[in-house]
Amino acid sequence: MTVELARTAAALAPDIVRLSGVRFAWPGRSAFVLEVDTFTLSARERVLLIGPSGSGKSTFLSLLCGIVAPQSGRTEILGSDLTGLGAAARDAFRAEHFGIIFQMFNLLPYGSVIDNVLLPLSFAPGRRRRATAGASASQEAQRLLARLGLEPNLVRGRSAANLSVGQQQRVAAARALIGAPEIVVADEPTSALDRDRQQAFLELLFAETSAAGAALIMVSHDQSLAPRFDRVVPLADIATASHQGPSYVGPSDQ
Amino acid sequence: MIVLRLALQSLFNRWVTAALTITTIAASVVLLLGVEEVRTGARQSFADTISGTDLIVGARSGGLNLLLYSVFRIGNATNNVTWTSYQDIAFRPEVAWIVPLSLGDSHHGFRVLGTTGDYFTHYKYRQSQGLTFAAGGPFTDLFDAVIGSDVAASLGYKLGDSVVISHGLGSVSFLEHDDKPFRVAGILEKTGTPVDRTVHVGLAAIEAIHVDWQSGARVPGQLVSAEEVRRMDLAPKAITAALVGLKSKLAAFRLQRAINEYRSEPLSAILPGAALQELWGLVGTAETALKVVSAMVVATALLGMLTMILSTLNERRREMAILRSVGARARTVLGLLAAEAGVLTATGVALGLVLLYAALFLARPYVDAVYGLHLPIAPLKPDAWATLGVIVLGGCAAGLLPALRAYRLSLADGMTVRT
Repeated sequence: MTVELARTAAALAPDIVRLSGVRFAWPGRSAFVLEVDTFTLSARERVLLIGPSGSGKSTFLSLLCGIVAPQSGRTEILGSDLTGLGAAARDAFRAEHFGIIFQMFNLLPYGSVIDNVLLPLSFAPGRRRRATAGASASQEAQRLLARLGLEPNLVRGRSAANLSVGQQQRVAAARALIGAPEIVVADEPTSALDRDRQQAFLELLFAETSAAGAALIMVSHDQSLAPRFDRVVPLADIATASHQGPSYVGPSDQ
Repeated sequence: MIVLRLALQSLFNRWVTAALTITTIAASVVLLLGVEEVRTGARQSFADTISGTDLIVGARSGGLNLLLYSVFRIGNATNNVTWTSYQDIAFRPEVAWIVPLSLGDSHHGFRVLGTTGDYFTHYKYRQSQGLTFAAGGPFTDLFDAVIGSDVAASLGYKLGDSVVISHGLGSVSFLEHDDKPFRVAGILEKTGTPVDRTVHVGLAAIEAIHVDWQSGARVPGQLVSAEEVRRMDLAPKAITAALVGLKSKLAAFRLQRAINEYRSEPLSAILPGAALQELWGLVGTAETALKVVSAMVVATALLGMLTMILSTLNERRREMAILRSVGARARTVLGLLAAEAGVLTATGVALGLVLLYAALFLARPYVDAVYGLHLPIAPLKPDAWATLGVIVLGGCAAGLLPALRAYRLSLADGMTVRT
């Protein structure tokens, strides 16, 4: 599918993420406040979110995934209003429907490659069911790793700390994709890579998210990646980050 | 399972600090329970030293002092009991048996006890256990000696060996009764009591070696040979104390009062059990102080663990952010840290128990030989288990502080670690 066709298809697909009138300040921290006017993400859509450092991209992702809850506004994911859920319910929701890739991959260095990939399944029975529909969870993890270019015999028994940067990135992607979550969130996953590796990794990521039928929202500073995405969203267009007085203390996100 | 496995791997990843923490907790547990074991062992050893004796009679002094010098060979008598008074008591109708004790001399630092053959019949220890001979038997000759097992072991004595008694006490003496040497006639089995460290001779023999002595020194020009002394009247003039067995226990208080009010001579009679209670009362404060110090050591070890977990918390924030991102609840993060503290404490306690029993096993012969303390190697008592339970709970509670901090950090960090 070409980028243009994909963009058309995404435009026709229903919204699976809808944020409106969201306002958030970190509890106990005075300065930073993020206000999101409107943001939507369609099923299978690939969105590149760009913005300078400190603009609130990570806070935005934390809101999107339900790690924190806004003080006001509405965060609707897959038809569920996250703002109406308690912290535990949001955690369970995130485990089921989100796969997350961090900037530094954030693998547990002492854990084995397979354990790192299987970790989300411990908190997401639905994803576990999907992952084990055709084979065992471990086999599914090995299949994903193989598809991402990591042969099982290369990683079997190895801890994540012993992998190269490129290998760690693939493991992080496998962890985000296992159990086919509907939304994959990637927080600057290519920033540590050179141009060739960036391209190769994005190819793999796009192929796997497409195969899983997942939407992808990726944060980056790098605007050169824009042509590969269905839509590019500068954070400044959808949200306002401001610094309030030191006395502001937001309510608990619980 | 994966979460638990990863939590354990996280702990193994920090194995040096974890091992040090576990060792510190183990050492504190060894100290805490070791103090208790030694305390119990000491009490038991003291309590086991004398059994079946209803009264101990000596010169007027404190009951504790009388008990210590007559039974435990600790300290000295303030005065003697005349032989007349001894016989007067011996012939009282309530008395079933009486054994005289005469102390004051020594042999290479071991106390010499002058007594009669009845001592080997009536002296009981550890719940009415009687003395038995490993070799030989009681005295048959005036200069026969019966030695305790520690005396035989440390001096390498066997039957027939010569024993020269020193005048007075102390491990080195320049005044010896070397003109009247004794012969080892019997070696007693190990008892775990001061008997093991005593040289027993006949009461008449004590008189015999002192016939040509006065005021702690030999009378010049008045040497009485061992052969000559056999023909002399060796009836003792005084003894140090006497162990008394009664026909009826009911008579104990009556006889005790009669002896304490004895008109001819100031005497004391004590009930061994009551005197031991007095001893426990005396050492109770020191025991409490020891317990408090041990408890403080445990508290310090738990604080060390708290410091260890807190100091590693910052570098573990990424680990917590990962767990949160995959759906772990903040409470799971809290639980993992509290569980880690629990695992460290429980492992420390288990290691402490192993080390305690190993130390008891290794130190027991030495402590027995040097201090006469019989340390029991027995399963832990319920209150000791309860103490260990409190330590583990304390460890979990100590882990709650870093766990709560981790909980707050994991909420505040969101998807990014903010340091």
